[in-house]
Amino acid sequence: MFFKGCPLNCWWCHNPESRGSEIEELTINDRSRKQNDSSSIPETVGRLVSVSEIMEEVKKDWIFYDQSGGGITISGGEPLLQPDFLIELLTACRKEEITTAIDTSGYAKIEILERLFGLVDYYLYDLKLMDDDLHSKNTGVSNQSIIHNLTWLAEEGEKVIVRVPLIPNITDTKENLKAIARYVNSLESDIGVDLLPFNLLAKDKFHRFKLPNKLMKMQTQAPDKIERMVDHFQTLGIPVTIGG
Amino acid sequence: MNGRIKRLRDQTLTAIPEISIERGSLLTEFYQSGRSEQVSVPVARALAFKYLLEHKTICINSDELIVGERGPAPKETPTYPEICTHSIADLEILDTRTKIPFRVSNEVKKTQKHFINPFWRGRAMRDRIMAEVDEDWKNAYAAGVFTEFMEQRAPGHTVCDDKIYLKGMLDFQQDIQDSLDKLDFSNDPQALDKREELQAMSIAAEALISFANRHADLAEQLAVAETDPVRQAELENIIKICRKIPAHKPESFYEALQYYWFVHLGVITELNTWDSFNPGRLDQHLLPFYLQGLEDDSLTEESARELLQAFWIKFNNQPAPPKVGITAKESNTYTDFCLINLGGLTAQGQDATNELSFLILDVIEEMRLLQPSSMVQISKKSPDKLLKRALQIIKTGYGQPSLFNTDAIVAELVRQGKLIQDARTGGASGCVEVGAFGKEAYILTGYFNIPKILEITLNNGYDQQTDKQIGLETGKPEDYQNFDDLYSAFESQLQHFINIKLKGNLIIERLWAKYLPAPFMSILIDDCITTGIDYNAGGARYNSSYIQGVGLGTITDSLSAIKFHVFDHQNLTMSELLEILSADFENTPDMRSKLIDKTPRFGNDNDYADELAIRVFESFFQAVDGKPNTKGGHFRINLLPTTSHIYFGSVIGATPDGRQAGKPLSEGISPVQGADRKGPTAVLKSAGKLDHIRTGGTLLNQKFSPQLMADETGITKVADLIRSYFRLDGHHIQFNVVTADTLKKAQKNPAEHCDLIVRVAGYSDYFVDLTEELQNEIIRRTEHELS
Repeated sequence: MFFKGCPLNCWWCHNPESRGSEIEELTINDRSRKQNDSSSIPETVGRLVSVSEIMEEVKKDWIFYDQSGGGITISGGEPLLQPDFLIELLTACRKEEITTAIDTSGYAKIEILERLFGLVDYYLYDLKLMDDDLHSKNTGVSNQSIIHNLTWLAEEGEKVIVRVPLIPNITDTKENLKAIARYVNSLESDIGVDLLPFNLLAKDKFHRFKLPNKLMKMQTQAPDKIERMVDHFQTLGIPVTIGG
Repeated sequence: MNGRIKRLRDQTLTAIPEISIERGSLLTEFYQSGRSEQVSVPVARALAFKYLLEHKTICINSDELIVGERGPAPKETPTYPEICTHSIADLEILDTRTKIPFRVSNEVKKTQKHFINPFWRGRAMRDRIMAEVDEDWKNAYAAGVFTEFMEQRAPGHTVCDDKIYLKGMLDFQQDIQDSLDKLDFSNDPQALDKREELQAMSIAAEALISFANRHADLAEQLAVAETDPVRQAELENIIKICRKIPAHKPESFYEALQYYWFVHLGVITELNTWDSFNPGRLDQHLLPFYLQGLEDDSLTEESARELLQAFWIKFNNQPAPPKVGITAKESNTYTDFCLINLGGLTAQGQDATNELSFLILDVIEEMRLLQPSSMVQISKKSPDKLLKRALQIIKTGYGQPSLFNTDAIVAELVRQGKLIQDARTGGASGCVEVGAFGKEAYILTGYFNIPKILEITLNNGYDQQTDKQIGLETGKPEDYQNFDDLYSAFESQLQHFINIKLKGNLIIERLWAKYLPAPFMSILIDDCITTGIDYNAGGARYNSSYIQGVGLGTITDSLSAIKFHVFDHQNLTMSELLEILSADFENTPDMRSKLIDKTPRFGNDNDYADELAIRVFESFFQAVDGKPNTKGGHFRINLLPTTSHIYFGSVIGATPDGRQAGKPLSEGISPVQGADRKGPTAVLKSAGKLDHIRTGGTLLNQKFSPQLMADETGITKVADLIRSYFRLDGHHIQFNVVTADTLKKAQKNPAEHCDLIVRVAGYSDYFVDLTEELQNEIIRRTEHELS
């Protein structure tokens, strides 16, 4: 489930269609007839939905949740931007005993997280840069509230997985990763980290959304380099997964 | 694998399929000798069988442990002129066709022309069938409404149970004698027929014993000439074994495998049964021998592994007998559909997984051969370890094993009226077909082209391909007031053509019972010996005849397109639609896009479409299920295509779902290629809405890229997906784990990708052996990604 609208402006964003809060009209290449013609068809990105409509979709996969222990992942954009709707949705999931996870940038007022208390099973919590200047420069916002909120979630004993997108020479530097490791290690509960290697899966989107060219020149990190990144965390006893 | 297995594996991989005329010639010699005219039909068949086994070339390949070939050498493939007498033109096609060829020498062509054909013309089963079926049948067959399984191959579709491991052929002869002794000529009007049948069985049992002895004789000669003492000792062992089994019951792992192999050769020499024959629940049957061998030190895990590998190679040496014409189109493959079952339940309903299940999975993984095929039965009691081990092999992209839901299989068989113990010791064979192993004749009679019925309906009973009125006049589609009018016309046409197929089937079943009984097969299937009735005449405990529905995704999406665009939203009129279809979307690409993109389609967990799939399923089920066959059993349905969806697509014009004329139909119960846009869970949900339990098998294909199962987490996710599908009573699921990129490369450079095996539909095949259309289709099948 992807909410539209995000307060951050990370220039490397892989979900550009989720950034704006409005419903957008786009043109996409038609997947089914790619081989023989280049016809393109208009596509609408985003729609207005009610909680009951979402729940109808969600409940279709009930049997898979039961079997795997999985559930709904609410991502974005930034789900915390629409707190009332989010709470209504999470409450409905609670009622149906469906596991919930929120994939968030953490950029929100603490009051919003307080209101969510008890409704979320897992937080997938993005942490990009520990240096506030760099954070502001690359994402357009300060990381103070992000760090503050994460600290609070850890104190409350919420289940959190910290996710670090590895953007070459921006977030994947030794200094940044070590700082993240030190910070995560200082938190009160045991928190794991997912390192997300850089990829160009969204290449085709970049053209359509006219995203920066410098992204196209970047390459995914070599396995041995990733191993070294993992070390920063493992030496402190923090569980790490690649991808996730 | 050790050096021996590697050499034997190389031999089977490099051997070129070739037509052997030996069986055809021997059979003709026998029938020309006049001996058959002095005895009853079953006894003549048994004597012919004996003549074949006593005169065919015996082959023991160097280094072999398990011995015996159907032909004179590996991949030398016999013909069955009593069933289908090949014309010289047929042989030339076999020799020169680019896909699934068989080499045919000039010598073979000469013998066929001057010796075999003059005798069998008019006597062969294929000729008898074509002489007996009526015009309606011939018209529908020519139009591609259905195929006919029994016109080139014998009713097979059965699997061995544990009886051969408990009894030798001499024991079976004793059972036969007991039945003969019990015959009551005063009160049983069929006593004479039964006597003839039972005597035929006894002759067939004797024939298999002499066949084994001929292998011992050859091994003796080889042993004398052998200079290597190690090989000499092996040959001595082979001599001992072949002199003991199959006359007596096996007492070791080695003897059990060799015994099965002689039985297998017997079945596939007697007739060219569909789905050859197979050992079925191999991990169950062999377990006592395995444990005993480990206990008394006559066997180690390694020697058991080597024997199993040697056994595997024997299957791959026997390509499916050559098929021609429409039958080649519906099932064009060297695979002869031996589907070895692992896991599942015991007769008492306990989890049957054992150490041999895992050892055999190791063998499957290492051998990577086209034949035999393999599957794992997963019940709710099966350990995850078994499912995950299977997935580890599946992810290597070899298309085996496929995965079956034991709980569904048991429920399907019990619904048909079988004892639950017989259901639990059964399984699936061929592609996905359920059966009570060792106790049932479950005959597939032909594929049925469901989307073709819609095309005929939209043309008021007229078939444009053959230019004939072959259906009912159900009215002009322009006159239909609503969707239900159309649907009831479709339903009437469906029943009309099913009735034609059923009528043909009843005739054909009797022709087989009358002219080509199978006394050897009858020994192996309960209760033929007790009843004194042949396998082909209803002697089995259970007798089911199937019609296999094809194109569920295509028909669903086509009906959905009409309902949605013509009736519910009036985006176009019926006559506009018909015009667009007859022009094959020429000049209307936008309308085609609309039909493809805006129609609710099967495979997306969308009730609008899925309810139509259920409706078609019900109509098909009602038209077929429960109708009587000639053997005291009933007709049933299943949903699988082998390769018939390509052929069936080639005889249908453009369809309302946006499919262009001549293009393949959807296969099994899979969505139309590319129609599923909501990921694998939605496909499974849609497929799970069908009532699998009222079928005898359904086939669902899913294609995954290898990355999906790269690690333990990925494997666990897929395992959960499968368990979920099975909780929905899904019958079967199989995976093609390969990237589209790899396939495209293989298509361009076949020479470099000879070993690439992909799952087609219920079986695996070499990608490079597939027709271009089928290759393209496999490339197109949606590559799913789970996030």
